[in-house]
Amino acid sequence: MADAEPPYGSAPKRESVTDPETRARHAEYWRRNIRYLVGLLVVWFVVSFGFGIILAEPLNAFNLPGTGFPLGFWFAQQGSIYAFVILIFVYVKLMNGLDVEFGVDEGGES
Amino acid sequence: MTVQSWTFLLVAASFALYIGIAIWQRAGSTQEFYVAGGGVSPLANGMATAADWMSAASFISMAGLISFMGYDGSVYLMGWTGGYVLLALLLAPYLRKFGAFTVPDFVGDRYYSQTARIVAVICAIFVSFTYVAGQMRGVGIVFSRFLEVDITTGVIIGMAIVFFYAVLGGMKGITYTQVAQYCVLIFAYMVPAIFLSMMITGNPIPQMGLGHVDPSTGLSLFESLNGLHEQLGFAAYTSGTKSTLDVFFITAALMVGTAGLPHVIVRFYTVPRVRDARISVGWALIFIALLYTTAPAIAVFARTNLINSVSETPYSEVPEWFNNWEATGLLSFDDKNGDGLIQFVGPNADVENELTVDRDIMVLANPEISGLPAWVVGLVAAGGLAAALSTAAGLLLVVSSAISHDLLKRSLMPEITERGELIAARVAAGAAVVVAGYLGVNPPGFVAEVVAFAFGLAASSFFPAIVLGIFTKRTTREGAILGMILGITFTAAYISWFKLLHPELNTAANWWFGISPEGIGTLGMLLNFTVAIVVSRFTPEPPAHVQVLVDLIRVPRGAGEAHEISA
Repeated sequence: MADAEPPYGSAPKRESVTDPETRARHAEYWRRNIRYLVGLLVVWFVVSFGFGIILAEPLNAFNLPGTGFPLGFWFAQQGSIYAFVILIFVYVKLMNGLDVEFGVDEGGES
Repeated sequence: MTVQSWTFLLVAASFALYIGIAIWQRAGSTQEFYVAGGGVSPLANGMATAADWMSAASFISMAGLISFMGYDGSVYLMGWTGGYVLLALLLAPYLRKFGAFTVPDFVGDRYYSQTARIVAVICAIFVSFTYVAGQMRGVGIVFSRFLEVDITTGVIIGMAIVFFYAVLGGMKGITYTQVAQYCVLIFAYMVPAIFLSMMITGNPIPQMGLGHVDPSTGLSLFESLNGLHEQLGFAAYTSGTKSTLDVFFITAALMVGTAGLPHVIVRFYTVPRVRDARISVGWALIFIALLYTTAPAIAVFARTNLINSVSETPYSEVPEWFNNWEATGLLSFDDKNGDGLIQFVGPNADVENELTVDRDIMVLANPEISGLPAWVVGLVAAGGLAAALSTAAGLLLVVSSAISHDLLKRSLMPEITERGELIAARVAAGAAVVVAGYLGVNPPGFVAEVVAFAFGLAASSFFPAIVLGIFTKRTTREGAILGMILGITFTAAYISWFKLLHPELNTAANWWFGISPEGIGTLGMLLNFTVAIVVSRFTPEPPAHVQVLVDLIRVPRGAGEAHEISA
C-alpha cells in the first residue's frame, strides 16, 4: 500500500500559489474548462430535455431512418443515453488535452 | 434439472464467489475501509459504480414500469443516466482532487463549519437509509418467489452476506465484490433479452430489434403496439399521459439526484488520479447504458407478448405460467362480466378490466412467458440478488463512514486512533446492516414510495452545495447551510404532504404548478441554489484558506499520484 499523498481525510495542502504567472495560467485554464462545460451541457440539455421531452411529440411524426422508431420516442429511450456516453468521453478527451496544454496534468501513463 | 434446483445452484455459486472475494480483499486501514486505498483502476471502478448504482429497482422493476408507462417511463431512462454527465463534468474530478473520504468531509471543509458537516451527515444518513430498506426488501422478495423461503428468512440470509463482506472488507471488499456482481447481473439481464429479441424480431441485439419493421405488414413494433393499445383503450404507448412539464421536472430531479447520491459520489474517491475519476464516470455510464438501453426493448417485447397471450383468451386455456404467477398473488383475474374470457383493457375501453398485473412480473416472469430454459430463470434470480446486494452494501458503507469518520473522527472524538476508527467503522457498518434488515422485514408502509424520493432529497440538498462549493468562491457557510436545510425540508414536506399525510389529494389539480411529488426535488434544488446565492451576498466572504482550497481543487496536478494501480 503506497502512502496517501496528500493525506486522506483532510483537505489538500493549502499553500497558496503566489507566482502571478502561474495564477494567470490557472485562471485561463479554468475559463477554458468552463467554456467546454457550457458547450457540452447545452448538448446534454438539447438531446434529453429538448428532443426527448419538449419536442418529442412533433418529432414522433418522423421515424429514425431505416427503423421503426418514432424519432422523439427514440431520443427519450435510446438516443439521449448514447449521447450521454459520447459526451463524457468527449469531455475526457478535451480535458486531458487541456491539462497538458496548461501544464497541470498529473503525469503517468495513459 | 428443475427451475428451483437451477436457482439454488446459481444463487449459491454467486454467493460463494462474493464471500471468496471478501476474504481475499480484507481492509487493513481506514483508507482501505473508506476508499479502497485509493488505488482502484478506472475500469474496475466504473464496473463497481454500475453495480452500486443499479439496484433491485433497475433490475427487477424498471422494464416493467416502462412496459406499463410507455413514453412516460422515459423519465427513469433519461433521469438515471443523464445524471452521470453532471457527475463527470461538475463533481467527480474536483471531489477526487479534494481527496477526502466522504461527502460530508467536503461540505465541512469547504464551508469551514462543523454545522455544515453535521447537516451533511444527517442528509447522507437520511437519503441512504430510505434507499437501503427497499434493497433488503428486494432481496427478501427474490428469495420468497424463487426459493420458496419466507421473506424474513430471505432478508436474514441477505443481511448475513452483506454483513460479511461489508464489515470485513469495507470499501475494498465492496469494490471487488461489486465488479463480480455487475458481471452476474448484466449477464442475467442480457441473456433473456437476447433470446426474446431473436424470437420476436430475428435480431439478436435488443436495441436494434426494437426498431424492427415487420416486412410482411410494413408495421413497426411500435405501430402494432399502439394499434393494440388503441383497440383495448390504453393510451398510445409512444405518447404517454403525463404533462410535458411534469416529465421535465421528474427527469431533472432524477438526474440531479443521481449526481448527488453520496454512495455514487464516494466511488470516485477510490481511483488514483483526477483524470481517472473523469474516465471512470464514462466507463460506469457505458456499463449502465448497456442495461438501460435494453430495458425499453424488454418493455415493448413483454407488453406485446402479454397482450397477445392473454387478451380475450378463455380463462380455462391460459398457459401454465399464468397459474404459477396467480398463485403468488401478483397476477389476478376477476371475471366481472362472466364470459369466461380475459378482458385486459385500459381506462378508455367500454368494458371493465378484469386482469391485474404487478409490474415487477415483467422481468421476473419474462423467461417463463417466453418458454426459455430453466437455467435462464435461475439466472434472473441470481441477477436480481446481485443488483440488490451490491447497492445495499454501497449504501451501508456511506452510513457507517458518516458515523465513524464524519461524526466521531472529525467532530466528536478527533483524538481517536486509526485502529479505534476502524473498529468504530466496522461496528457502525454492522449496526447499519441490522437496522436495514429490520426495515426490510418490517417495512414501514411507505418504504416503497419513499425510495423513489431519495433522489428528490439528494437533488435538493447535496448537489447545489457541492456545485457552488467548487464553481464559486463567494458561497459562504451561512448560504450553504441554509440552502441545504431549506431545500431538503421543502422537498421532504411536499412529498410527505401528498404521499403520507394526504394521499387522497395527490392529483395534478392540487400540485403546485402541476409538478408531482416525484419531480418536486427540482424545485427544491432551485430553492437551495437561490437561498445559498442570496444569503452568501449578505454574509462575510469565506476566509482566505478556503478560497485557496477552491483554487487547488480546480487544477488536477497534485492529487497524489503515488498510488499503484491494482486490479
